[in-house]
Amino acid sequence: MLTLIYLIGSVTFILGLKMLSNPATARRGNLIAAGGMVLAILGTIFLYEENGEKLGNYGWIFGGIAIGTVIGFLAAKKVKMTAMPEMVSLFNGMGGACAMLISIVEFNHLVNLHTSHVDYEWFAFGPANRGSLVISIIPAGQLFIIVLGLIIGTVSFAGSIVAWGKLNGKIRDFSFKGQQVLNIIVLLLIVGLASYLVWKASQTGIEISGFALEKNLPDESFFTEIKFLFYSIFILSIFYGVFFVLPIGGADMPVVISLLNSFTGVAAACGGFLYDNKVMLTGGILVGAAGTLLTILMCKAMNRSLANVLIGSFGGNKTTAGGAGG
Amino acid sequence: MSDFLNWITLHQQIIYIVILMIFVGIEVIGRVPSVLHTPLMSGANAIHGVVIIGAIIVMGKAEHDNYLALILGFLAVVLGTLNVVGGFVVTDRMLEMFKGKNKPAKGNKTGH
Repeated sequence: MLTLIYLIGSVTFILGLKMLSNPATARRGNLIAAGGMVLAILGTIFLYEENGEKLGNYGWIFGGIAIGTVIGFLAAKKVKMTAMPEMVSLFNGMGGACAMLISIVEFNHLVNLHTSHVDYEWFAFGPANRGSLVISIIPAGQLFIIVLGLIIGTVSFAGSIVAWGKLNGKIRDFSFKGQQVLNIIVLLLIVGLASYLVWKASQTGIEISGFALEKNLPDESFFTEIKFLFYSIFILSIFYGVFFVLPIGGADMPVVISLLNSFTGVAAACGGFLYDNKVMLTGGILVGAAGTLLTILMCKAMNRSLANVLIGSFGGNKTTAGGAGG
Repeated sequence: MSDFLNWITLHQQIIYIVILMIFVGIEVIGRVPSVLHTPLMSGANAIHGVVIIGAIIVMGKAEHDNYLALILGFLAVVLGTLNVVGGFVVTDRMLEMFKGKNKPAKGNKTGH
C-alpha cells in the first residue's frame, strides 16, 4: 500500500514540475504536487514499517507538523510580494537543515549502536564460519550517504540563510583577497576528511574465510576519532556554505538560490538512499536535476555564465555534479 | 572497498532510478519560459520538502530515552514542514499574482 502511495507521490511530483513549466497549467501543477506530498506524508506516518514495527512518537510528529504548518502558512501568507525570493531562500534553508539534522541523528544512531555492544565475539559463532564472509562494523556505504547528506544539506542551509540575509539587507556583500582560494581549500578539506572517514570505517570489520578469522574491531579511540571527523566536516560545511554565498552580488541571488535549491534536492535524495525510500529519492533527484538546469537557464536569461556568477567559488559547481551522480 | 562495491550491487535498482530521474528532471522543465523561472524554482523548492519523510522516520524510530534523537528529530520535522507548507503556499501566491498579470500578456502573444 505504502509503495503505491509513494508511486503516486513520485508521479505527482513529475507531473507537477511539468505543469509548472507552462503558464496555463502552472497553478494546478503546484496543487497536484502538494496533494502528492500530503499523501506521501500521511502514508509515511500511518503505514511506514521497519522490520514489522510501526513508527512511534506520534505526539512529537504531529506536534512538529502542526507547529511547522502554522508558522509556514502564516509566514508564506504574510510575506510581501517583493520579499518572495528571500522567503523561498529561507524555506530552502529549512529543507537543507532538515537533511542535515537527519544525517546527524543517523550518524549518532550508527555509532551508538556499536559502542553499546562492546562484545563482538558472537560474530565468531555466526552461521557462516565456512566460506568467506565479511561483516562490517560500521557500514561504509551507509556512512558515505550520511556524510554526503550532511555536507550538502549543511552547505545548502548555511548558504540559504546567508542568501536570505543578503536579500533582505541584513547581510552586506563581503569579500576579501584570496577568498576563492580559501573556499577551494575548505572544499578540498571537506572532501578529504569525508573520504578519510569513510575509508577508515571500511577498514573495520570481521572477515571469516575458511577457518581463519580476521578481526579488526573498532575500539574507543576509533569512535572518538570518527566523531571528531564527522563534526569537523559539519563545521567546515557551515563555513563553506557561508563563504560560498557571501561574495556573490545581490542581483545574482536568484541564481544562487536556485543552485542551493538543487543542492537541497540532492540532500533529500541522500535520505531516500539511506532509507531506501523511493519517493524521497525521486523527488530529491528530480529537483536536483531540474534545479541545476533551471540555474543554467536563469544564467542564460541574464546573459551570463554560471561560472561568472559563481566567481567566488567555482568549486561549488562541481559538488552538484558529483552529488547528483552519487 | 569490496564492501562498498557490494553495497552498490545491492542498491542497483536505486542507482537506475537516480540516473533516469536526472533525465526526467532535465526533460520536464526543458522549455520553461523565463517568466516562470522564479515560480518553478519555488515549486521545486517545495517538492524537495520530501525530506520531511526522512524526518518523520527519524522521529518515529527514536527511542524514548534518546533525547538527542528526539530533539533533533522534532526540529527536523518542524523545519521540513516549514519547507513543504511554506514552499507550496508561496508558489501558489506567486502564480496567483502571475495569473492577473499574465492574462493580457498571453492575449497579446496569441494576437501576434
